Amino acid sequence: MELKAVGTAGTLESSDVMVTLEPRTSGGIDLTLESSVINQYGRQIKAEVLASLERLGVKNAKVIVNDHGALDCTIKARVECAFYRGCQCDMDGRFDWGGVIR
Amino acid sequence: MKNSVGREIPAEALAVELKNGRKYEPYQGKGYRDGKYIKKAGPTTKIYQKPSESKLLSSIREAVIACGVKDGMTVSFHHHFRNGDYIVNMVMKEIVDLGIKDITIAASSLGDAHDPIAEYIEKGIVTGIQTSGIRGKMGDVVSHGKLKTPAILRSHGGRVRAVEEGDVHIDVAFIGAPTSDEYGNARALGGKGDCGVLSYAVVDSEYADKVVVITDTLVPYPNFPPSIHGVNVDYVVKVDEIGNPKKIASAAARMTQNPRDLMMAENTAKIIAATPWFKDGFSFQTGAGGPSLAVNRFLEPLMDAKGIKMAWAIGGITAAICELQRKGKVGKIIDVQDFDTGAIEDIRTNPNHFEMTASEYANPANKGAFVNKLDFVVLAALEVDTDFNVNVITGSDGVLRGAPGGHPDTAEGAKCCVIVTPLTRGRMATICEHVVTVTTPGDCVDVVVTDYGTAVNPNRKDIIEALDAAGIKHVPIKELQEKAYSMVGRPDDLQWKDKVVAILEARDGTILDVVREIKPYEI
Repeated sequence: MELKAVGTAGTLESSDVMVTLEPRTSGGIDLTLESSVINQYGRQIKAEVLASLERLGVKNAKVIVNDHGALDCTIKARVECAFYRGCQCDMDGRFDWGGVIR
Repeated sequence: MKNSVGREIPAEALAVELKNGRKYEPYQGKGYRDGKYIKKAGPTTKIYQKPSESKLLSSIREAVIACGVKDGMTVSFHHHFRNGDYIVNMVMKEIVDLGIKDITIAASSLGDAHDPIAEYIEKGIVTGIQTSGIRGKMGDVVSHGKLKTPAILRSHGGRVRAVEEGDVHIDVAFIGAPTSDEYGNARALGGKGDCGVLSYAVVDSEYADKVVVITDTLVPYPNFPPSIHGVNVDYVVKVDEIGNPKKIASAAARMTQNPRDLMMAENTAKIIAATPWFKDGFSFQTGAGGPSLAVNRFLEPLMDAKGIKMAWAIGGITAAICELQRKGKVGKIIDVQDFDTGAIEDIRTNPNHFEMTASEYANPANKGAFVNKLDFVVLAALEVDTDFNVNVITGSDGVLRGAPGGHPDTAEGAKCCVIVTPLTRGRMATICEHVVTVTTPGDCVDVVVTDYGTAVNPNRKDIIEALDAAGIKHVPIKELQEKAYSMVGRPDDLQWKDKVVAILEARDGTILDVVREIKPYEI
């Protein structure tokens, strides 16, 4: 499974995070991170996003994360959802529950 | 040098010069200056012996010139007009337009209404800020190290002490007033933008060399009884508007419907009722924030059940406490600031609702302020740490955006100080290991109520016994902090540059903490 189109998930509400994944063929992960709690949690948000992408097998992508204080579980869920939407596999339901989604 | 709340106070902060030559000391614990003596500073005032009809001048500019405002002076303001204030910006514009520089602003508080001052700070025209509150653009530029000298942040009581002791000398006080006569007798009622009381401005009128009253409603002489007495006033200026009446007095804060806030408020009321000071004739202060305000509502049935009444309430007054008084459950309201139109309407008509000065309210260096006799105070917090230290000034990004206000004064004075705060706000842990900035020292904080449990300061064995006897559950504060971190993760330490941008004075004039210039975050 791989990113085919731009995938977005989440909102700009407080305690949520909006994640946008844009496919590209090379150049690795280009992360842009904005957060209302960047001074105290920026490092952890970045680590959580990168770990989720790695688990999902995303090697090359432009990643925009706009966080308003989401907890780690929310960040993880939004990254996974943005990825599946970008893979355009939300129509036929081939979600890897218990696999890369956990 | 470390102070008694474990904060490193750098030599550059201790070396900051005060006007009277007093040397700064690190905070030594509560009650440190009790019993010591001070010599009060006195202003240099002009003699007005010859009869004259009026002190009226035609513009603020004329008043600035008449008062001889010049480079290096300190000018003062009050914050009774809250976010509706026009006075600070109008006066500062004239001072700046006249080419005067190196100005220190000594205000009882400053807020979002004063964003234009940020530009004067960046241009180096305003070089000193002494205030309780600092927010908005001003908080931002100061946190970025743009102010030439460290800002000095004081509680309301601490400010009165500093002026009376001469730590700061006010050259010219500009006092906005809803009404005044041509001789400067000024009141907070009867005008277009009533603010109820002028408590914070009284010390300015008594200790500044020159005093200007600015009003938009001139009334016939004598405007009695005055909050600001004409005998202390040099000039009176009439302007079109002193402020925006809608922002000077907001409609009564609606009682919160948030179930989390209500639960915390109910628990707070139960804790208060379980202590030995909850008896007929008790005294009480609460803030205007959601859960603190809601405590009023839950306290009433507990008072009824025990058949007791409150003797007096003080502080920032809201419609909620006035209502309780109308029901005959509060003896007197003693008022230092009005938070809503309900409170202002009440002081207009209610013979048992009185104005007091900020000194009477909270000054630690007079012969006994109201806070010294207070039984309970309920307060909010941005952060509380495991040593019970409270932060109400710096945000989680280290930027100045709050005000100690009366928090440290009431916390030290009251027999039982209760902090009400949710365990987390979004991802921020409110109960943390170390607050960003100490604004109220932990030795003054007794009980912390959160939505995940209550903690009592281990120094307060009497309160612990009272709660145990009433079967009210409480846990060590460390447990609350660990619970918070388990939900939101452990926050990284903020990153700072070396420069001290603000000094947090304890109310007795020692240094509680410093705020340093923030460093842009790098991941």
